[in-house]
Amino acid sequence: LLAFSLCPGAGQDVGRSCILVSIAGKNVMLDCGMHMGYNDDRRFPDFSYITQNGRLTDFLDCVIISHFHLDHCGALPYFSEMVGYDGPIYMTHPTKAICPILLEDYRKITVDKKGETNFFTSQMIKDCMKKVVAVHLHQTVQVDEELEIKAYYAGHVLGAAMFQIKVGCESVVYTGDYNMTPDRHLGAAWIDKCRPDLLISESTYATTIRDSKRCRERDFLKKVHETVERGGKVLIPVFALGRAQELCILLETFWERMNLKAPIYFSTGLTEKANHYYKLFITWTNQKIRKTFVQRNMFEFKHIKAFDRAFADNPGPMVVFATPGMLHAGQSLQIFRKWAGNEKNMVIMPGYCVQGTVGHKILSGQRKLEMEGRQILEVKMQVEYMSFSAHADAKGIMQLIRQAEPRNVLLVHGEAKKMEFLKQKIEQEFHVSCYMPANGETTTIFTNPSIPVDISLGLLKREAAIGPVPDAKKPKLMHGTLLMKDNSFRLVSPEQALKELGLAEHQLRFTCRVHIQDPRKEHETVLRVYNHLKGVLKDYSVQHLPDGSITVESILIQATAHSEDQGTKVLLVSWTYQDEELGSYLTSLLKKGLPQSTS
Amino acid sequence: MAAHLKKRVYEEFTKVVQQQHEDLSTKKLRLTKPSKSAALHVDLCKATSPADALQYLLQFARKPVEVESVEGVVRILLEHYYKENDASVRLKIASLLGLLSKTAGFSPDCIMDDAINTLQNEKSHQVLAQLLDTLLVIGTKLPENPSVRMRLVEVACKHLTDSSHGVRNKCLQLIGCLGPVEKGVAKEAESQAAKDVQKIIGDHFNDQDPRVRTAAIKAMLQLHERGLKLQQAIYSQACKLLADDYEQVRSAAVQLIWVLSQLYPESIVPIPSSNEEIRLVDDAFGKICHMVSDGSWVVRVQAAKLLGSMQQVSSHFLEQTLDKKLMSDLRRKRTAHERAKELYSSGEFSSGRKWGDDAPKEEIDTGAVNLIESGACGAFVHGLEDEMYEVRIAAVEALCMLAQSSPSFAEKCLDFLVDMFNDEIEEVRLQSIHTMRKISHNITLREDQLDTVLAVLEDSSRDIREALHELLCCTNVSTKEGIHLALVELLKNLTKYPTDRESIWKCLKFLGSRHPTLVLPLVPELLSTHPFFDTPEPDMDDPAYIAVLVLIFNAAKSCPTMPALFSDHTFRHYAYLRDSLSHLVPPLRLPGRKLVSSPVSPSITPHEDPSQQFLHQSLERVYNLQHLDPQGIQELLEFTIRDLQRLGELQSELAGLADFTATYLQCQLLLIKALQEKLWNVAAPLYLKQNALASAAAKQILEETYKMEFMYSGVESRQVVIIHHMRLQAKALQLIVTARTTRGVEPLFGMCEKFLQEVDSFQRCFISELPHMQGSFVDKLLDLMPRLVTSKPSEVVKILQTTLRQSTFLHLPLPEQLHRATANIIEPTGESDNPLRFTSGLVVALDVDATLEHVQDPQGTVKVQVLYPDGQAQLIHPKPADFRNPGPGRHRLITQVYLSHTAWT
Repeated sequence: LLAFSLCPGAGQDVGRSCILVSIAGKNVMLDCGMHMGYNDDRRFPDFSYITQNGRLTDFLDCVIISHFHLDHCGALPYFSEMVGYDGPIYMTHPTKAICPILLEDYRKITVDKKGETNFFTSQMIKDCMKKVVAVHLHQTVQVDEELEIKAYYAGHVLGAAMFQIKVGCESVVYTGDYNMTPDRHLGAAWIDKCRPDLLISESTYATTIRDSKRCRERDFLKKVHETVERGGKVLIPVFALGRAQELCILLETFWERMNLKAPIYFSTGLTEKANHYYKLFITWTNQKIRKTFVQRNMFEFKHIKAFDRAFADNPGPMVVFATPGMLHAGQSLQIFRKWAGNEKNMVIMPGYCVQGTVGHKILSGQRKLEMEGRQILEVKMQVEYMSFSAHADAKGIMQLIRQAEPRNVLLVHGEAKKMEFLKQKIEQEFHVSCYMPANGETTTIFTNPSIPVDISLGLLKREAAIGPVPDAKKPKLMHGTLLMKDNSFRLVSPEQALKELGLAEHQLRFTCRVHIQDPRKEHETVLRVYNHLKGVLKDYSVQHLPDGSITVESILIQATAHSEDQGTKVLLVSWTYQDEELGSYLTSLLKKGLPQSTS
Repeated sequence: MAAHLKKRVYEEFTKVVQQQHEDLSTKKLRLTKPSKSAALHVDLCKATSPADALQYLLQFARKPVEVESVEGVVRILLEHYYKENDASVRLKIASLLGLLSKTAGFSPDCIMDDAINTLQNEKSHQVLAQLLDTLLVIGTKLPENPSVRMRLVEVACKHLTDSSHGVRNKCLQLIGCLGPVEKGVAKEAESQAAKDVQKIIGDHFNDQDPRVRTAAIKAMLQLHERGLKLQQAIYSQACKLLADDYEQVRSAAVQLIWVLSQLYPESIVPIPSSNEEIRLVDDAFGKICHMVSDGSWVVRVQAAKLLGSMQQVSSHFLEQTLDKKLMSDLRRKRTAHERAKELYSSGEFSSGRKWGDDAPKEEIDTGAVNLIESGACGAFVHGLEDEMYEVRIAAVEALCMLAQSSPSFAEKCLDFLVDMFNDEIEEVRLQSIHTMRKISHNITLREDQLDTVLAVLEDSSRDIREALHELLCCTNVSTKEGIHLALVELLKNLTKYPTDRESIWKCLKFLGSRHPTLVLPLVPELLSTHPFFDTPEPDMDDPAYIAVLVLIFNAAKSCPTMPALFSDHTFRHYAYLRDSLSHLVPPLRLPGRKLVSSPVSPSITPHEDPSQQFLHQSLERVYNLQHLDPQGIQELLEFTIRDLQRLGELQSELAGLADFTATYLQCQLLLIKALQEKLWNVAAPLYLKQNALASAAAKQILEETYKMEFMYSGVESRQVVIIHHMRLQAKALQLIVTARTTRGVEPLFGMCEKFLQEVDSFQRCFISELPHMQGSFVDKLLDLMPRLVTSKPSEVVKILQTTLRQSTFLHLPLPEQLHRATANIIEPTGESDNPLRFTSGLVVALDVDATLEHVQDPQGTVKVQVLYPDGQAQLIHPKPADFRNPGPGRHRLITQVYLSHTAWT
């Protein structure tokens, strides 16, 4: 039995990922995310949902964080320090390294800028990170004696991992966010044929099949190149981690290849720290970077330099990456205002923009923007949109399911309507049941756990020798005694079982009387019966003993005349429990009577 | 201390070895033939523990055993085998048996029975496997003996039920290698166990061990390789194996499916879950396509590679591989490729991209979407986007092969190939450019595609740029804008990388001659002529201007109206370029200059046969008219040489041949001239002047013969003889001349001796060729050899003189292919205006770029010589990696030469 429940978060919704899995009595929490859209209590998952009474540490066996995005780890300090959890938290090395930077940044914005109180502190982040146990890819970690977890590469962002959680022979795979197509800095997600009982997959792009990444990259590079050659400036608003690095690598290699000289700047801040970690965790990147880092680490950018505010007014072409990504505030907006008036310049939006932001406005074609102070900003620069997103599309999700071959699939982290479509497809193509629980809903999945039983080698060999040669395709029937002792199962021979349990052996014998109408003498009847049985049971040894009884193997048949009616003979059939099959067959055979022809 | 210990260890070690060495050698001395086996026997008997015995065996295995003693050794080994209890020793013996039966010249049928017998009682699985391996070796050594093979196969079949995977593995391998291939044999032996090897192997497709499954598939493939026609029934089994858990099984299964698809392309197989049926090759293609998105990259590479060779697949399946239905929120979306195409066909030039440009259009019926494609859908889309570059390269190669056989597919895959030009790994980019070049005859580039292609011209890698230039040489461009674009980009390339000059000019040459009509409307713009005003004359040395002119002149060759658009200076420039860059600028029929160009142009039309004929005819003429008066011969030779040289200039394919023969005739001419001199009849001192001429001729002939021998590729031994013969004649001439001019006999002794030695070595080296040289100098000389050896130098000289005069002129048989090896240094260019300056004692690197034509093994033979102004020369051996091989017979050397010199005054 595998119970599965969702904390309020990331059911049919993106953001605030938090999933609780109970597997064979173990409780594991997967991800501990926050919701970007809320500023009140709703931003964190409702942990009281997990357990009303008792401490979380007692209830949960471990917490697993799939990657460092805040919607997957944002609530971690709150959960561990403020709600209180002291158990182990598992994440990969890069996640452990980058996660605190992002949490600190998030804390700064919320507390220092927005002035909120009752929020976790820097110390809490540190304390929380102390509870983290870092895992390597494909390393099997024994959480306790029964529960083990294993990380698989997931692409998406640096250090993103899929986790396999296994108790006994029941297992769950949680994908986190993953990407099945490689990009410029990360490889594709990969999993072996682990055949889990349940695959919990994200489904952000459940109804999308994307075009080749190459076209997008080419377009992007062409746009940038053209603008730079024209002498224009290119502004690329990005969020600090993830896509930013991909685009940096993309431009860096392009500059290298094409021998371009125009400067590329990256607005400083947390990116520099994060870039440092990208440099360190080379093994988590894609083939190209892994293979060439001996000559040169790709993240040691040659052409990309730190940005200074004064550079924005420099003449000549340049490319600037600036945060934040939606042009709603900060440096990117400042630079945008400076450059918007020149039609030679260009702004490239590499991601989605929320309604109401400047980014969204210009993307929807607005050319005159009203800024604060009733200023009207005329946008003459070119506006481009490129989607660089690192989630698996519908095909990718299907591909992962094909690779892992799960028995059940559960979709999270997506919109209900889209998931419905994918669910239907999964059921149709793979013939596995698929679930899509809403927030807070619990799904129970019944499994057919196979229970391992120890068998002594002697017994196995003896049993295997009987009957046909073992065949991998056919199940084989074996005889033995199942001993359940001290929480272990063993299959032993009956004799050994008796000996171990100190029991005496009992013989069980069945006796049955069969009435036959036969006027002849007793020994004649016996002879007839003997001939009849001999004729029918050719494969068995049928013997006529001198004392007037018949044995078929170990079954004894005796005939006596009926005390009242001499014409009726009573056949006494007796067999042991072991010969039950043959014995019952014999009686039914005798009950049919003897053939008349012999008389 | 440690060092001391180490030393001791070494001492002891060496001691042990020496002792045994002595042991062996002494025995070898005493016993002659059976020494090996006897020694081994003694050793093995001495061995007290299995470890010892193993040591002896290991030592024994290191030395080769003579053919005669193999059998004895085998007997000894077998004897010990039966006695031995330790499995590891038996294992070693078994492996030794295998090793010994491999000995060349030894026929292992005598030990086969013993080997089979040992199998019966063996318990250890490892030893069993090793024994089977030995049997395999024995079986492969006896290919002509079907009964032996049958027996071995039977033995193997018996052990197929073994519980160890290793044994089953070996059995299958054995069956695969030795199983009967011919139908007849199989029928004969039907009563026996090995009636149908295919069935037996097929049964193990479902073995519980993946290694055995792999071995089974491999054995099947082995049978196929040996010529057995596999049954079609295996196909469905193989298809099931594609879903195996283990990558090596899947990888082998993909191969098996491919083999079957080649064997039965046209048979019909049903599609499961529907009533339809398709061709087997299509079905297999779909299945292999499916494997392109397998979890293991090894399988993916394998699948992608095999796809390329499935050319019988139907076109609609093929085209599916490039198809990927895009959707966004369940609505159909067009791919970027489709959009680009539409944009192009609507006539709208690429405008800035709009938000929502790729907005999804029509709604999709949810039921109709098939997410896991059943067939070939999108296989190449996946393969080209793969994480591992090995897969991507394999996919590009497969695309190339398929596109070469199907023009419509070539057209379709173009977009994808163009995309690959931006791959992050250079090898992949290069491969896709080469691929594109190979299929270029099938395609015409659209403008937007051309745009992407041309963007790669700025790549900093020289290989990529040059590959791209070659691609452009054979690309079809559809519009005049395309040509213009290409020209602009190439000129940009030229300014950015001036070293690409040659390659760009060459590229423009072909671009011009392929698209004369597209260039025509561009001419006024390109030459910046104006209908009313004279424009300033451009700088003639500007590489960019030359590039433009190359394009235009080559286009003008097949477009007679074009010269009318030229201005005066263009004609002047034409004349200049025609002279200076004749390989790039074709002869034109210009209005005012008919007399210059018209006689040349008809002869330049490449007609293979007439010129070849001409060559042969002129040679015939020379060879036939030997007995003409000397004056006539001389004249004829002179004419022929001139003709040949001219022919070589005109016909680049025959240049090597013509030059070669011309050189030969030149040598002959020189020889004749030298012999014509009057000096022979007069006392030597009087004719010092003529004498100089003769000795100069001898020297020149020597030089030319060396050139002929080493500077041409494709010279066969027949030619080498003639060349050496000519050289011998020259040496004889030299000897005569020196004999005439020097006084005293002593120096002549040495020279005569040397010459006679050379004649001798000539005879030894070319003994087989001598019969072809009737009446030649050497032929006559060899007749006189006994006399020569005994006579005095002055007599020798006299004899030589007469034979030289009487000897006939040898035919030079022409080889099939003859090319002159040339090296052309592109960079550094000679006579540079800026001399290279460097500080004395320090090193300066000089880029050297040269093309080598028809040089065999350039890595070993080509050296760079640096000649310093003070006459000092230095030879530099370039690294093997500096040589690239852009085409057959062509090499390119791009290297850096380090110069350094001490100060001189």
